[in-house]
Amino acid sequence: MSTTMSAPDHHLVEGLDQPLQVLAEDGTRHADAVLDPHLGDVDEALLTDLFVDMSVLRALDDEAVALQRKGELGLWPPLRGQEAAQIGLGRTLPATDFLFTSYRENGLAWCRGVTPQEMLAVWRGTALSGWDPYQRHMATPQVIIAAQTLHAVGYAMATRAQGGSEIAVACFGDGALSQGDLHEAMVFAASFGAPVLFFCQNNQYAISEPVTVQSPVPIALRPTGFGIPVLRVDGNDVLAVRAASRLAAQRIRSGEGPVFLEAVTYRLGPHTTSDDPTRYRDEEELARWRRRCPVLRLQRHLEQLGAPVDSLREEVTIRADAATAGLRAAIDQLAPPAPDSLFEHVYTTEDTALSRQREQWRAFEASLAPEKPEQSPGSPS
Amino acid sequence: MTGESTMAAALNAALHDALAEDDDVVLLGEDIGTLGGVFRVTDGLLQEFGPARVIDSPLAEAGIVGTAVGMAYRGLRPVCEIQFDGFVHPALDQIIAQLSRLHYRTGGVVRMPLTIRVPCGGGIGAVEHHSESPEAYFAHTPGLRVVTAADPQDACSTLRAAIACDDPVLFLEPKRRYWTKAEVDTGARADLVSARVLRPGRDATLVAYGSMVTTALEAATAAEDDGIDLEVIDLRSLSPIDRETVAASVRRTGRLVVTHEAQASVSVSAEVITAVVEDCFEQLEAPPERVTGYDTPYPPSALEDAFLPGLDRILDAVDRTLGRRSSREVA
Ligand SMILES: Cc1ncc(C[n+]2csc(CCOP(=O)(O)OP(=O)(O)O)c2C)c(N)n1
Repeated sequence: MSTTMSAPDHHLVEGLDQPLQVLAEDGTRHADAVLDPHLGDVDEALLTDLFVDMSVLRALDDEAVALQRKGELGLWPPLRGQEAAQIGLGRTLPATDFLFTSYRENGLAWCRGVTPQEMLAVWRGTALSGWDPYQRHMATPQVIIAAQTLHAVGYAMATRAQGGSEIAVACFGDGALSQGDLHEAMVFAASFGAPVLFFCQNNQYAISEPVTVQSPVPIALRPTGFGIPVLRVDGNDVLAVRAASRLAAQRIRSGEGPVFLEAVTYRLGPHTTSDDPTRYRDEEELARWRRRCPVLRLQRHLEQLGAPVDSLREEVTIRADAATAGLRAAIDQLAPPAPDSLFEHVYTTEDTALSRQREQWRAFEASLAPEKPEQSPGSPS
Repeated sequence: MTGESTMAAALNAALHDALAEDDDVVLLGEDIGTLGGVFRVTDGLLQEFGPARVIDSPLAEAGIVGTAVGMAYRGLRPVCEIQFDGFVHPALDQIIAQLSRLHYRTGGVVRMPLTIRVPCGGGIGAVEHHSESPEAYFAHTPGLRVVTAADPQDACSTLRAAIACDDPVLFLEPKRRYWTKAEVDTGARADLVSARVLRPGRDATLVAYGSMVTTALEAATAAEDDGIDLEVIDLRSLSPIDRETVAASVRRTGRLVVTHEAQASVSVSAEVITAVVEDCFEQLEAPPERVTGYDTPYPPSALEDAFLPGLDRILDAVDRTLGRRSSREVA
């Protein structure tokens, strides 16, 4: 029997035994045949940029946690530990590639120039969507696990149909591997050769559930069943993520269809500020991953190169202080919207039934308003 | 066992006793094991009953309900936890197109004694998809029972009744009442159909369910100061609806106000009002009123106070049905 189909194939995965890596935990750079060809432009200037970015992002994330603890935000999903994965992708793809992310990708939002107000609005509860997706080339964060993966594939299919050269990127966690939506997204992407990058940050947990609950086999093997090639990289190595993102994007852009990139990383903090991770994971595991800290690793590498790390750290402090001050200032800008804005944008045109509800709401509010004191003529207002 | 308990703890006790009394009862859901559920409703159950009966499932709602259907085929009594209301939608197909109609399809041969617990409703300042009131989608589904509870005792005894029931039951837990405390007798049993008259009254019937029962009772207390005597009914079962209890009340009071968090159009209140109009139109002294969420998506939490029905909106509607001055004339 002859068939044009390719069977599921371990060879479709690069990095299955060991995630691809170029920076070891101690910061030494080593060779990798797959990644090296895509790291030609890496020089000290780029490395320091990435270091500053990751450090500032960490400070921003910590500040958001602190703001939540102070009651200024309803919730925050910390990304601590995942800086290399997000900066590695976010600083590598052109700003025109369109991202469809979950709620934990504030590092990608940061790379896309999302402002502090835009970033915090959803978490402060003043808006359902903080930014204009078309302006940022990034959809508004998705809470429903894996739903955005289908949107990314559809966007990619449309891009190709319309002759665009951008790719779409679906970002998600390891938990998404269990949802039907992701599998359907992979079917569509593979069957139609959609120019889409599946970017999975495997941070080892879906709230309390270790990745083994989602998959008894390495998750990198799953896309191969759809015929989608996989790059599995050390997600705490910003250079590895950068190189893999470039390689993947290049293949996708050249018309070879979807690629799945698994960044193997770890969420060092709680799932969200409402979560208590001590219930489900132990100190020893945490300590092991703290040693693999992506920021520290790049710092060690810079030290080995003889870069002026002390002055870099000073720059980080200055930039981080400015960025966190920006977050705090954003809080004051994020006043609750007018209550009757509740009724806006349900439909693109005015709906009479809804307008009636709005009028009833206004009449009711007016009936509650305390009587306004009479103003005597001439008194200052 | 009797004692003071929160609604979350009362639900935990109900699950605990159901697991202890019947080996066929199994729980499945996301994070229900080691973590004990995000609301701690399953706290300690994995430790006591083991991973074969308290199953931390993959992150897949269609998977949770669909596999539970298979388990029920084989004679188990699964109790599924959907982590939050907004996450039940990926399982809609399994619930609506599969679970609810299996008994009917098989001419009564296959039973689906399956309970789906869903934390429900708003008022906790949560982010998107964490404050939904999807009951009407389910109440529209023949073969599926949809019930909710308003207080710790009712939560405990209704959950036991749901697990004991041979029909599939969607059990909605009003999450903003999880931390309400009251005396609970874990041996008490409820039925799955009867509405409860929580407070007898003369002037108008106020029908509520779930989280809104507390608000309705508060409204009745406030109305008392104005000399208005409200009868408060906790509907409890949203499908089927106990129309007799509601109609009997309206026959006495002549007036009806229905309140829920969910959007108004094509909702449970629409059904209750229709039932009353069909059953006792002649006894109605005024058009029925409803006080609900608006026909918008659930708003960002900064606006949820404007969206959710509160005491004042209920009293305003009561005033209208009594023909007293109300906000509608103010404008
Ligand atoms: C459909 C759906 N079910 C359940 C949830 C609740 N929930 C929010 S985040 C989460 C864990 C997600 O884990 P993962 O996909 O690994 O991403 P991570 O949070 O680790 O970045 C769960 C269960 C949800 N948001 N959507």
